[in-house]
Amino acid sequence: MSAPAVAELRPAVDRELCESCLYYMLLMRELEERIELKLYRQGKIQGGCYTGRGQEAIPVGSALHSRPGDWLTPSHRDMAALLIRGIEPREILAQYMGRATGPTRGRDGNMHMGCARRHCVPIISSIGASIPVAGGLALAMQYRGEDNVVFNYTGDGASSRGDWHEGLNMAAVMSLPIVYLCNNNLYAYSTPLDKQMKVHDIADRASAYGIPSEIVDGNDVLAIYGASERAVAHVRSGNGPYFIECKTFRMSGHSAHDSADYVPEELRAEWSRRDPILSLQKRMVEELGADEQVFVDIRKKVLKEIDEAVNWALAQPYPDPETLEDNVYESI
Amino acid sequence: MAETTYVEAIRKGIWEEMERDESVFVMGEDVGVYGGAFKVTKGMVEHFGERRVVDTPLSESAIVGAGTGAAINGLRPILEMQFADFMACGFDQITNFAAKCRYRWGQAIPMVIRAPSGGNIHGGPFHSQNVEVPYVHTPGLKVVQPATAYDAKGLIKASIRDNDPVIFLEHKYLYRSVKEDLPDTDFTVPLGKAKVQRDGTDISIITYGWMVHIALEAAERLSAKGISIEVLDLRTLMPLDRESILRTAKKTSKIILLHEDTLTGGLGGELAGIIGEHAFDYLDGPLVRIAAPDTPVPFSEPLEKAFLPSTDQVVDKAQWLHRF
Repeated sequence: MSAPAVAELRPAVDRELCESCLYYMLLMRELEERIELKLYRQGKIQGGCYTGRGQEAIPVGSALHSRPGDWLTPSHRDMAALLIRGIEPREILAQYMGRATGPTRGRDGNMHMGCARRHCVPIISSIGASIPVAGGLALAMQYRGEDNVVFNYTGDGASSRGDWHEGLNMAAVMSLPIVYLCNNNLYAYSTPLDKQMKVHDIADRASAYGIPSEIVDGNDVLAIYGASERAVAHVRSGNGPYFIECKTFRMSGHSAHDSADYVPEELRAEWSRRDPILSLQKRMVEELGADEQVFVDIRKKVLKEIDEAVNWALAQPYPDPETLEDNVYESI
Repeated sequence: MAETTYVEAIRKGIWEEMERDESVFVMGEDVGVYGGAFKVTKGMVEHFGERRVVDTPLSESAIVGAGTGAAINGLRPILEMQFADFMACGFDQITNFAAKCRYRWGQAIPMVIRAPSGGNIHGGPFHSQNVEVPYVHTPGLKVVQPATAYDAKGLIKASIRDNDPVIFLEHKYLYRSVKEDLPDTDFTVPLGKAKVQRDGTDISIITYGWMVHIALEAAERLSAKGISIEVLDLRTLMPLDRESILRTAKKTSKIILLHEDTLTGGLGGELAGIIGEHAFDYLDGPLVRIAAPDTPVPFSEPLEKAFLPSTDQVVDKAQWLHRF
């Protein structure tokens, strides 16, 4: 039940896995940068931008374990989870631009998107609220005797909400098949961790409900992949939920409008040296003898994909005001 | 045939739907062996097993959130809130998530949230409230409150079969005080349809829940005084049956809007708005609202009696309105 040390049990480095991780982390990074640093500033994005810069390893290392029958409830820092489930960059861009062909058809904005067909529940803005919902998704799996699992994503801030505690407790009592991934990025908007909780590790909170947990380096995609593998094996075998706390840092403001001046410069500098993408590339060079050309090629592929997606999204229609009252009820 | 009480009608309605559809299940606090605080789920765990009759921790928000998640993943949950008052603990899940799923991402939430509501049972401030309005005011939710055993059974069955989240308000005072013979057939009562419970020509009383019975008592007494009252039972509070509301308004031209909920911001204001906008020319007198005063629900008997709208009050107001 007690949490092992950070970065314990690194799995053997595998070239194909590394390239896949790198591709999705880069796709998320570049897509978010295009949205926040280009399109937003050009006035082509409606509303705010919430990115997961520096936290890409968490959705990638975990969601790569998901099977078609599994469900995911990503947070706004987990765009790569949507990408891994098959939601395309162009759909994400259409959502950010408020177009009719985005996943919410212009009914909701930014990262508040999901897709029933790809088993992704869109963000519930009161973030901890996804914890009980994950419980229900899992309950239905248990009800039908499936060995599917739910991947639930929240942050440190969410663990201050009552829903978080009600949901974890219920999942533990009912032995529900859920892998919880908590990105502890040290800040909830501007509020640092020490103003949110007296405990140091959020994993301790999971332990309080009888849920096995571990703590991993949230910037090490392979460590997260390994922890998720253990978690999924535990959960799929009917042993109940499993909690992974990923220690990481939010390398951006809460959203595009937030300059995050409240973050001490040294802290940001320290974490910028631990960039998850650069770290993976370094390991690939050192342990696999990877050629820099591989990184150049992946990046080129990613940028091409994004360019095409932007062009597609910019050409999409806005929702028709005539449809304003559609889809509130099935029938009335 | 033995008469069926309101509480038994709901129990039978749920039972039949669980027999009919494997994806229907019950979840809530004390719904298993104990059979629920009001015994609506009595005997279900013995018959259907713990898989389909799920006892939960005391966590309303988790119950609603889990119900919504289960509905997303193919089940049809019936959630029991022990008292409607405690639905407030799951308010975020109901209003910010469940209600908006179809609108945001086209996801149906076929879920019923059952909630024992209303007073006249000496329940005091935490166990007697009428909480319908915040839910009526949340687009995406349907809100139902039956007044008779027939409607209780027909509406719970229709609510379970509905593909939108339904708040099903059960009046605690009616659980064992009203009963009637029910047909053996598999009947449902459609959502969104009001019912004329008594035909009349002079004044319409538009109401719902326990107040339907208060209106009917008042109508009986007023009939002896030569005043003919029509009683329209809304049955569904969202979506409102505007057609029936306007039909009775235009028919009698004098309207009393009666509810047990408190006055300010109560449903009576919305009903007055509908009638004022669409039947103003037909009115022969002021729109009269009868409701509880704007206070919490008091506990002690003389206070609660003074708080709740009464037959006497309706009779007096109706006589006053009749003189216009």
